[in-house]
Amino acid sequence: MNDTLPPVIVGAGPAGICAAKTLVAAGLRPIVIDEGFRAGGQIYRRPFVDDGRSATDLYGSEAAKATRLHREFDGLLPSIDYMPQALVWNIAGNELHLMADGKHHQIGFQNLILSTGATDRILPFPGWTLPGVYTLGAAQTALKVQGCTIGRNVVFLGSGPLLYLVAWQYVKAGGNVAAVLDTAPFSAKLNLLSAFRFDPRLVLIGMSYAARLVSRGVKIRYNVRPTRVDGSQYVEGLSFKSGTKVHSIACDAIAYGFALRPETQLADLSGCTFRFDDRDRTWLPVTDEAGRTSSQGVYLAGDGSGIAGADAAEISGELAALALIQDSGTTVDPGRMSALVKARRRKAGLRDILEKAFPFPDNWFDQIPGYTKLCRCEEVTVSTVIDTINGGELRELNRLKALSRSGMGRCQGRMCSAAMAEVLSATQHLKLADIGRLRAQAPVKPLPLLLQEGGS
Amino acid sequence: MIRRFSADVAIVGGGLVGSSAALALRKAGLSVILMDKGFCGAQASGVNYGGVRRQGRSVAQLPLSQRAHQIWPRLKELIGIDGEYQRSGHLKLARKPEDFARLEQYAETVKPFGLNLELFTGAMAKTRFPWLSGNVAGASFCPDDGQANPRLVSPAFAKAARDAGAIVLEQTAVHAAVRTSDGFALQAGTDCEITCHFLINSAGAWANKIATDFDEPAPLSRIYPSMVVTEPLALRLPVSLGEEGGGFYCRQVQRGNYIMGGGRGYALIDPDFSRPSTAAALAVMKRATTLFPHLAGAHVIRFWSGTEGQLPDNNPVIGRSGTTPGLFHAFGFCGAGFQVAPAVGAILCDLVTSGETATPIAAFSIERFHNMPPQHNKKKGTHNEMVE
Repeated sequence: MNDTLPPVIVGAGPAGICAAKTLVAAGLRPIVIDEGFRAGGQIYRRPFVDDGRSATDLYGSEAAKATRLHREFDGLLPSIDYMPQALVWNIAGNELHLMADGKHHQIGFQNLILSTGATDRILPFPGWTLPGVYTLGAAQTALKVQGCTIGRNVVFLGSGPLLYLVAWQYVKAGGNVAAVLDTAPFSAKLNLLSAFRFDPRLVLIGMSYAARLVSRGVKIRYNVRPTRVDGSQYVEGLSFKSGTKVHSIACDAIAYGFALRPETQLADLSGCTFRFDDRDRTWLPVTDEAGRTSSQGVYLAGDGSGIAGADAAEISGELAALALIQDSGTTVDPGRMSALVKARRRKAGLRDILEKAFPFPDNWFDQIPGYTKLCRCEEVTVSTVIDTINGGELRELNRLKALSRSGMGRCQGRMCSAAMAEVLSATQHLKLADIGRLRAQAPVKPLPLLLQEGGS
Repeated sequence: MIRRFSADVAIVGGGLVGSSAALALRKAGLSVILMDKGFCGAQASGVNYGGVRRQGRSVAQLPLSQRAHQIWPRLKELIGIDGEYQRSGHLKLARKPEDFARLEQYAETVKPFGLNLELFTGAMAKTRFPWLSGNVAGASFCPDDGQANPRLVSPAFAKAARDAGAIVLEQTAVHAAVRTSDGFALQAGTDCEITCHFLINSAGAWANKIATDFDEPAPLSRIYPSMVVTEPLALRLPVSLGEEGGGFYCRQVQRGNYIMGGGRGYALIDPDFSRPSTAAALAVMKRATTLFPHLAGAHVIRFWSGTEGQLPDNNPVIGRSGTTPGLFHAFGFCGAGFQVAPAVGAILCDLVTSGETATPIAAFSIERFHNMPPQHNKKKGTHNEMVE
């Protein structure tokens, strides 16, 4: 094996940036592969072109952090090999397969830090595939990167900290927010009070979004269940249940999501062992507190190793890099490592409370009509999935995919597997932990058939 | 708590062969227990290319293949679904003149079997199949061959067997099998003991365990196909297509996705799991854009592989054991088992119920390997349409 292979970092959000910074400080020259076109990741995503908006316009209370991370990364550029707009779509043994400039490249590695982040966790309801329905993350990206809103009059729906953050960002940018519809009861928010001891600043900021939304006249409703998107060709409104009553609200776009789900396909392809995580309701790669996985030389950092947020991602990025350095035989400051581990535990404690304040909606499918599409890529309905489960007495997720086609399309289950798991577990009265997980298959995202050999 | 089962026939391996045998035996009135270490039809039977093709098979396989050809149109009646089976025709392309000469030779050789092959020179082929492009020296078309969806067909046979009264035990691996005075005793799963009069070994790439237990190991190796599928696209490719002498085959399913394969995948550290190879996938993608320029803007959405048993002479083992009365083997289909499997199930039923079958299977006897020195399984298969 070649001893001189540089370490590779996949992803350039807060975790990837901090990992790169730590490796460079130790005298290493990492390769940083970023699907984005400028470093920052999802949370600190930068516009395509400078459009005069300030860091505060873009990142609000997190402007200082965003500015610092961007500046730090830009300062690293002479000391790293940065590949923006590059998609790692497969890991085969100790080789990364990626697409950059429309060409295929292979990069060998000995040490790899995966900081692949997360996407919105979504659940189907009637009309969710209509044009005009976006995830909260997509609504935020439109604003940050392209400087536009997803509609003139937007309803924000779901659960999770992003719900209030993005709604407030829209209001602040001059957008019209028709309503914020929270699927959790107001009482859940009282859990935030116990988060004070972990991070009072974050709690205050979080609560202030709701207060500021109200002060701008935005209606917030709790304990809501959407019944359908109104409109036949595009979004014209949203009907929802609050208590026993069904209400309708006019809007031309809907942003929704239920917290985040980690992107773990590359960890899976690299052979990492997984465990079921009750809090994230999904399977996560097994890591130690520094981010070491069961695969030699593979480290995880950021939300891709379990949802913990941007500040935790900075910590876990540095930790993973320090672990990598340590495992390569160089001494690292043990005090620094244990301080980071402690800080990471505190963030995990905070995350436990956030999960209670923004809970996943229970029994979602009790009120979802069978004709609702569950898998939008393959157009598989909820009733088809349930019939397939019952017809074959299915108890395993990959089997459900094979027999129902759900999860077989362009997204390979990235968008619908949470819903598939919920339906399977509810229909068969099985725990989510007991129905298996979809095995990752390359490519993790679609590739052009014309992909040509580039080089290594 | 030990669970005890007793049946006329126990079948090890719930792929398409084992499941179709289970269904046929139930219809013949025998009691059946069907076991799979994972899920029925989830290995090679369920993840293969889906070609339902007689063209290209060895002469020895054609009677078997013709028997299967009669079964496929009856799927709806047999298993309740048509399995997306269609007689779309199978087009074998020759890239070079010498490949076309081989196709002409093959057509001459198999004339007595009535496959009704139609031969085309390169120019004629492009007139007859106008969606075709790239270097084509000639082609051979079998109009009544076709394709089906293995993902649906194979599990549906197992379900039909269960509905017909077979006991189906999934996630139940058979650990031990011994001959007793009046049949066999098996241990399976965590808690199952099974007794039976007849034992069928249809465990695919895993079949050598039972063969070895009964002192007749076969030189069985493993092959891993490398498959690629595109996003759904407008329907344009009406036939299933394969290339003579080169590793490319392709069909377009009813939903619009192009399924294409060629080359080989590789086993993971746990050899029961495999992955497609990137090199093979890229080669297949490149060949597809040459043959079908209309795919220039398309995306591929998934690669996959599977695990299939391979034997040195590219023919399967089908028939009675050479060492043990009451034991029957059917495995090692060398990447070409999907089309013949339902007939193999019917033949196993013949053998169990009457001790003989009208379909010639002498060439597939396991005894052809009895006097073979071990380590004789180095020769790679030359068959290129892997796990069709």
